[in-house]
Amino acid sequence: MNREKQITFLVNGRELEAAVLPNETLLETLRGLGYFEVKSGCEKGDCGACAVLVDGEAVDSCLTLTWTVEAREITTVSGLGTVEDPHPLHTAFIERGAAQCGYCTPGLIIAAESMLRNDTREPNLDDMRLALSGNLCRCTGYTKVFDAVSEAARVTRQAGESK
Amino acid sequence: MSESTIAARDGANVEFRQVGKALPRIDAPGKSHGKTRYAGDYVMPNMLHVKVLRSPIASARLLRIDVSEARKLAGVACVLTHEDLPDRLAPTDIPGQTGRKRLDTDQQILVRERVRYHGEPIALVAAETMAIAEQALDLIDFDLEPIPGVYDPVDALEPGAPIVQGTDNVVAKYKIRKGDTEAGFAAADVVIEKTYRTQFIEHAFLEPEVGLAWVDENQVINIRVSTQVIEHFRFIADAVGVPHNKVRILGSLVGGGFGGKEDVTVEIYLALLAKATGRPVRLCYTREDSFFGHGKRHPFTLTYRSGFTRQGKITALRVDMTADAGAYVYLSPYVLLYAIVAAPGPYRVDNLHVDARAVATNNMFTSAFRGFGAAQACIAYEQQMDEAAETLGIDPLELRRRNFLRTGDLISTGVPIESAVWSDECMTQAWEALGQRTPDDGPVKIGRGVATYQQSYGRITWLHDTSEAWVGIEVDGTVVVRSGVTDIGAGQVSALAQIAAELLGVNLTDVTVYNSDSATTPLAGTTTATRALYMTGNAVRLAAEAVRERLLGRAAREFAVAPGEVDMADNRAFVIDHPEQSMALKDLIAVCASEGIHRSELVMFRAPFTEGIDSETGQGRVHPDYAYGAQAVEVAVDTETGEITVLKSVGAHDVGLAINPDAVAGQIEGGAAQGQGYALSEELCYEEGQLVSPSFSEYLIPTAMDVPEYQAIILESRSGVGPFGAKGIGEPALTPVAPAIANAVADAIGVRIFDLPITPEKVVNALRRVAT
Repeated sequence: MNREKQITFLVNGRELEAAVLPNETLLETLRGLGYFEVKSGCEKGDCGACAVLVDGEAVDSCLTLTWTVEAREITTVSGLGTVEDPHPLHTAFIERGAAQCGYCTPGLIIAAESMLRNDTREPNLDDMRLALSGNLCRCTGYTKVFDAVSEAARVTRQAGESK
Repeated sequence: MSESTIAARDGANVEFRQVGKALPRIDAPGKSHGKTRYAGDYVMPNMLHVKVLRSPIASARLLRIDVSEARKLAGVACVLTHEDLPDRLAPTDIPGQTGRKRLDTDQQILVRERVRYHGEPIALVAAETMAIAEQALDLIDFDLEPIPGVYDPVDALEPGAPIVQGTDNVVAKYKIRKGDTEAGFAAADVVIEKTYRTQFIEHAFLEPEVGLAWVDENQVINIRVSTQVIEHFRFIADAVGVPHNKVRILGSLVGGGFGGKEDVTVEIYLALLAKATGRPVRLCYTREDSFFGHGKRHPFTLTYRSGFTRQGKITALRVDMTADAGAYVYLSPYVLLYAIVAAPGPYRVDNLHVDARAVATNNMFTSAFRGFGAAQACIAYEQQMDEAAETLGIDPLELRRRNFLRTGDLISTGVPIESAVWSDECMTQAWEALGQRTPDDGPVKIGRGVATYQQSYGRITWLHDTSEAWVGIEVDGTVVVRSGVTDIGAGQVSALAQIAAELLGVNLTDVTVYNSDSATTPLAGTTTATRALYMTGNAVRLAAEAVRERLLGRAAREFAVAPGEVDMADNRAFVIDHPEQSMALKDLIAVCASEGIHRSELVMFRAPFTEGIDSETGQGRVHPDYAYGAQAVEVAVDTETGEITVLKSVGAHDVGLAINPDAVAGQIEGGAAQGQGYALSEELCYEEGQLVSPSFSEYLIPTAMDVPEYQAIILESRSGVGPFGAKGIGEPALTPVAPAIANAVADAIGVRIFDLPITPEKVVNALRRVAT
């Protein structure tokens, strides 16, 4: 019954090993390891609060079994940058007032980052709607979230051009 | 009150350095970087995990419960049923600062004999792991005998209806008798009578209810919990049977509230289990638990009978309201009171007759939700205005203009409105912001609608509301604010920091706020009723002003000028007319510290106190003040599929003064989305009291796909009773949205749907009815 397996994976650039049951979700594993920025909102894949990047793609960690991320690279919102060296999405969410209660914010930033990594052109409103459609927010009405993501995309684009 | 009096009110024409600026909130970096710790992010060594056993049916008698097998399961530390509890009830009345209990609303903590709603808690399990706790739930053996329940408030009022609790199903009644409605209707050229219905809705905050409790070395039960109200420590202590000073509530930043975390949720269960086991206990609701775990918004049936002259002046209004209170009282009487106060909306109605009742059923209990009864009234009175406009052949905006209250007019409860009433300015600006009208496209019809409102801010004046705050300045010139206020996401704490920064001449980033701890921060009262900024903002302002006065006095001596000639900004004190004469704030503080000049202040701010309204006429003061504003929307309705798309949605609100315009705009945009869900997609479906939609895949709140880019227009009359003339925006932002959308849909398709939500199915059926 307790068929635990040693799983090795990267979280925010750090190699970790954990003894994991076959039915354990990545949400449970990450929170168990202290990655509390990964939020639990529904545990059914309805709300997106638990989103993380797995090899650069946003996934709901509540629907991802930890056994499936063996040797893969996981990034949480805190892994995108630090307070001293923030990611453009961090900065834009702060400056544009895109976080209210903030509970959905980590998932929204991850979903936005997944979009930007796959499409670094200027995302239009429909691109953003689609990219963020799996992330529920009850506070903001998404308007300032769209502002922040557009702003981060612009900054990212400019940084790319100046290289 | 004249215009000039308003202009001369508190805060007018003052230039600010920090207040009024769209600064990043102090809580924004933590939230964006994932550093903020919510109540569910705390763990303790040796911690137990809790699960709640809930009734699978809505109305039943508990014949037997046997937990012996569950207790035997390895890893189970404790199982509690009603048999294990002290002979106590849980108070659910509104928490006040006076310690006076206002209503007889106490209820069973766990089911004793009678189940009254689907999901009512029957037993608690604490175990070493969540999985063991879940297993233990399955091992609890119990027999429920279904008994007839009542699921519709109208049925519940019939003679012989099953009684939910006590001796009858009427939970509360209110009425208003103002002027002479008979004479008013006799003077009317046109009388319009319509009935509007609203539905059960869910707060759907993203952070489910959660808490962690432990008993410390002083026998204090500490509970770190997601709540809007740390003052619940008193009710929790009463329920558990310990003195009030033996329960401590530590709040955290709250992952959304909207009224759904205004009542006690997990706290009493945690306190009982921490006490019983002597170990830390954590209870985190699943999303499904959360659908069962807090009160919903009251469904209302509202019948409006309005008399108008041909010129569009209201001559009389008769309103009948019935609200579904669900299985327990909670805040239903207060919600009903708000609804009657709001009944005529922002209009002058001299002849007003209101009868309202809240009725017990075996549905989920209903309680606080942003808008608190006033939102339901708005859904009726604003649709009624459009119905009247059509009948009278008057433009809907113009009809409203002919009836808006003006400052000094008497509101529904017979007291004058003292602050600005900028309903017309807000409505006009919101409407104009819609811009060019989108043309119809074949079967897709475009419609526009507007709604205005009156919404109180601040609590009912006979609750004798107070708020305490402490402000101090450290020897290095940084500022500390201590206030028990909870921050539920609107930026309550950051606004306090902005006020303190303004008055003490520092930057926002120089202020740290400690909040939401019933043991160490002065009690500030609830974050409910759009009161946090009004009450706690005023308390912080008063405390900061007291410190400021002493610092300016000492600086004036240093500069050999009068205190009135000195100001503070950018971390310096300086002579206003000779800014070159200045000193660093930290040097001034060092002088104050060495001379023993008091660098901190604890202040209590008091709202106006009254003793209630006349029970026969409903006349008297109920709230400190009211806010006014408007929402204008444009929708597209596909007449073939019934699908409704909101194309444009603009909220324009007189907030008195915006402490932080970005935070205010955030409230307006978020309110626009919540109101849109209320109008179009959200409904908790109960069948014989059974909730059949307990998930986000069945209960549909607006997603990024459903929303336009909302527009917020902020007007500032500086006429409010909050700090610097601020009013409030938390609840007002939501209130007019749903009726504006309902009016837009009616404009688009030429037929009104009187029951929310306006689903595609209802649109198609309504169009079919008209066609045949």
